[in-house]
Amino acid sequence: MSERGEWPLYEVFVRSKRGLNHVHVGSLRAGDAEMALRHARDVYTRRNEGVSIWVVKASDITASSPDEKDPFFAPAADKVYRHPTFYDIPENVPHM
Amino acid sequence: MGFDNAYEALTEGQDDARWAFGTGFEDPLSGVDTTLPDGVDGADLAAYCVMLGDDALIMSHRLQQWCTWLPELEEEVAVANIALDLLGQARLLLTRAGAADGGGHGEDYYAFFRPEHEFRNVRLVELENGDFAELVTRLLVFSTWRLALLDRLRVSRDPVLAAIAAKGVKEITYHRDYAAQWTVRLGDGTDESHRRMRAALEAVWPYVDELFTAHPVEQRLAVQAAEGNGDGARGGDHDTAPAVAIDPGTLRSEFDDVLAQVLKAASLERPEVAPIPGVAGKLGRDGVHTEAMGYLLAEMQSVARAHPEGRW
Repeated sequence: MSERGEWPLYEVFVRSKRGLNHVHVGSLRAGDAEMALRHARDVYTRRNEGVSIWVVKASDITASSPDEKDPFFAPAADKVYRHPTFYDIPENVPHM
Repeated sequence: MGFDNAYEALTEGQDDARWAFGTGFEDPLSGVDTTLPDGVDGADLAAYCVMLGDDALIMSHRLQQWCTWLPELEEEVAVANIALDLLGQARLLLTRAGAADGGGHGEDYYAFFRPEHEFRNVRLVELENGDFAELVTRLLVFSTWRLALLDRLRVSRDPVLAAIAAKGVKEITYHRDYAAQWTVRLGDGTDESHRRMRAALEAVWPYVDELFTAHPVEQRLAVQAAEGNGDGARGGDHDTAPAVAIDPGTLRSEFDDVLAQVLKAASLERPEVAPIPGVAGKLGRDGVHTEAMGYLLAEMQSVARAHPEGRW
């Protein structure tokens, strides 16, 4: 390969020992998903941070646009009744 | 817990540990009896630990020399991690050597203040670095061999050696995987990468036979406790006490199997090249090295020798 193309970007998600879900920790470049997984292990878990890794191609993520911030999120701002806080919980219902 | 905060969710406890350092670290020698086991020759055990320690130390140094030269940032970190794993093994082994021979030497003495002929590493690890294919090939050969060795050493009669081996097996399993992945990518990649892998195999292969040649110290420690069974070196299967060391000759079939599997997947062939003989039959384990070794030591030892009382 005399003219090197750049490897695609992958986003990395790591689950810590205590954590319940995978958390986005950063990104890296790799030739394919298998390589990305190993790179993620080397780059993002070398200080004992994780027990599980997900990688996903950045180009496969569909993200909301900052331009659509208002139509997407602003309407929820004044709908406080959507929170389930208007109910009285009976005393014999545990774990609430 | 705030799972919306990456850093917070990554920390293990609720103490002041910062996310970047993780928590729950283990001491590989925790709870291990460090006294010399009965009937084990301290000088032989020390010499054996120096052999395995020097293999790791010199290989680590060659990998460290790759820093800033690797083709991608991610590979920089991967190779540096591997080098650090090996350095960690070297430190434990050289420390054990100092304790076993009663000479009171610390790990720094072994690494920085010995002359070339006292280094007992196999010659494979000291060779000048080549291209990335050479790094991958040498690492594949080294880690396949060392994994087979440490895997069997986990039942060594010396509990410290057994604990170091148990730690090392997990590390080297990954090193071998890393090298095998790249062997397949490059061997089965472009014409140019395939050509470079073939050249690398031809450069490295002459040093393979030496890996399976037992030094008298290895032979003595491998049969020490076998008591007429002859199979004790493989450990665990028989009533005899496990041996301290492994006769490297017993590792050859596993090595050949693994290499055959990886090379096949990589569309590569085992090269037909003659082994490079030692000097009058003396090999790296006897303290006889290639020309590259003197330059390597000059660089590796220069700072420690310039500041012999220095601490860092």
